Amino acid sequence: MLDFVQQLVSGVALGCVYGLIALGFVLVYKATEVVNFAQGDLMMLGGFFAFTFIGMMGLNYWVGFAGAVVAMALFGMLAERIVVRPILGYPQFSIIMATIGLGYFLRSVAGMIWGTDDFKIETPFSQGVLRIGSLVLAHDKLSVIAATIILCALLWLFFNKTTLGTAMRASSENMLAAYYMGIPVKRVVSIVWAISAAVATCAGVLLAPITFIHSNVGLVLGLKAFPAAVLGGFGSIPGAVVGGVLIGVIESMAGFYLPEGWKDVAPYIVLLAVLLLKPEGLFGLHARKKV
Amino acid sequence: MRFLFKTDYEDDIRLFPHSGYVVSYGLLLAVLLIAPYVLSSYLMSQLVFVCIYATVGVALLILTGFTGQASLGHAAFLAIGAYTAAYLQKYNVPFPLYFLAAGALTGLIGALVGFPALRLQGIYLVIATISFAFIVEEILARWESVTNGNEGMRIKAVSLLGATVSRDSPTFYFLCLAVLVLTIVGTLNLLRSPTGRAFVAIRDSETAARSMGVNVALYKVKSFAISAAITGFAGVLFAHKLSFISPEMFTLQLSIEFIIVILIGGTFSLHGAVLGAIFIVMIDPFLTYLKDDMPDIIAGVAATFGAGKERAAHIQDSIATFASLNGLKGAIYGIIIMLFVLFEPLGLYGRWLKIKLFFQLFPLYKRATFKRQKIYVKSERNR
Repeated sequence: MLDFVQQLVSGVALGCVYGLIALGFVLVYKATEVVNFAQGDLMMLGGFFAFTFIGMMGLNYWVGFAGAVVAMALFGMLAERIVVRPILGYPQFSIIMATIGLGYFLRSVAGMIWGTDDFKIETPFSQGVLRIGSLVLAHDKLSVIAATIILCALLWLFFNKTTLGTAMRASSENMLAAYYMGIPVKRVVSIVWAISAAVATCAGVLLAPITFIHSNVGLVLGLKAFPAAVLGGFGSIPGAVVGGVLIGVIESMAGFYLPEGWKDVAPYIVLLAVLLLKPEGLFGLHARKKV
Repeated sequence: MRFLFKTDYEDDIRLFPHSGYVVSYGLLLAVLLIAPYVLSSYLMSQLVFVCIYATVGVALLILTGFTGQASLGHAAFLAIGAYTAAYLQKYNVPFPLYFLAAGALTGLIGALVGFPALRLQGIYLVIATISFAFIVEEILARWESVTNGNEGMRIKAVSLLGATVSRDSPTFYFLCLAVLVLTIVGTLNLLRSPTGRAFVAIRDSETAARSMGVNVALYKVKSFAISAAITGFAGVLFAHKLSFISPEMFTLQLSIEFIIVILIGGTFSLHGAVLGAIFIVMIDPFLTYLKDDMPDIIAGVAATFGAGKERAAHIQDSIATFASLNGLKGAIYGIIIMLFVLFEPLGLYGRWLKIKLFFQLFPLYKRATFKRQKIYVKSERNR
């Protein structure tokens, strides 16, 4: 029983990381119908920025964190301007390929700049553990869970209670109509990319004590975040987090209870099953087209 | 400039529209046939890989380019073909038999993948095919009694008509070339047939295709099966060329390379698949060239143009350092993909068409002919 709870908690913590990356997918998808295959690599880059600020320049953890988030937000805008804007509105396939290219590029360049070793960031949560009875919970995992809840709530408020959020939803439904209604679609898309890169950076920094930072971490975790986003239903913010947590728990449980090898494929088997039975995901809206 | 007047349907679907095609393709084939007696063995090896990649490119083109079903899981089909061949060869099954068996099995599995894919579109299909590829990769690594797990499998040389064909011999190259040519001709014929027309109809508009009486589900599964079967054939050749296969060769990276093949070549033409294959196979020799010879040459050029000896040595060093950077290949891939998507969505073949048109229309060519239109798509969620 104790094992089970322990696995559950570490699965939830891992899942929250997937959820955070999936949040990035969902944000961009919700606003622009673009699926960003480079999301994991943005996370990796954010982690490296934070490592540069904190580990190499010796800044305070929170200052470095904020600096990395701001830098990545600007980088997200830049990437949107250069890679995505010229092909906005084109078929999904072009955009998927362009973002795959961006991911390749970021991964290789990060490898060239920072090398291919593992890096670690010293965080205020690295050491402590919380004991509840004989259950041991590491602070770094709890910090991931807490941060996910906070970010999720903030984003939900942003999308549903602010004008900008409404503008984003409108431009996702029909870009041309949104443009005619006076929504600055291009700027909206830019801001969405900035937010999504910032969220990815949060994931990268929080993750640093758990999986370390190396140039391929984005690919590995990004591919795990896809099942999370699909499971929750692409385009649903709570769905992304719930999907992420489910994937994390499934992976953690499969690693503990099933023979070796199942750990890595279990998320994808679940994903295929979900796609077959309920293609719109758990929280997805099943929109009907009026003819 | 030659004008083609098409007066009936037969003219429209003719394999070679005029004698120029026969002459130019005949010349190309002649060049390819004498290539092994002229080129170095390293280049021959690369040419074999071009044939294999082009075969997979054509297969992927049938699925992605002509039926509009994106797949990032073709490395898995290649793996299934390769492993079937390696497994059957252990039991002394003759080459033609296991070659066909590999294609048939891969085609069958492709059809099985096609069924779930019926309900999926766009991004969901991409993710589903990625998942399929991951699962296959894991099965290959774990099913040790058949696949020998992570230790990989050796595969012996092809024995054809009693003779052993080593993987570096011209005969093996001819075999690969024959498979490629048969695939291309077969695909051309397929695309002229009602099946091919149905594929293109599905790509352009599923709703329209259905209302014209096309059985969308049937043709999507067919497209998956055909594409997978051809990839399976290529897998057999791939295994023989490498003579050793292991699960970590058939990763997502390889699937992406296949997509790059058709993306760079141009997603609508068979020429494109071949051009893209040449391109992707030649990146490695190019990088080697960049590392070994380029620094010397550039330093020599710099020296003749008046740069001092130290300056030239410095330039040589910095280029050599740049060329031996670890992730250079990945960065080049990334930049190339982005540049093609952004500036030349029709790929290398599109570029060729533009050059051809320029000469055909010489004083009248307008760049605006190929200008991208701004388009806005409505939400895919409501599609």
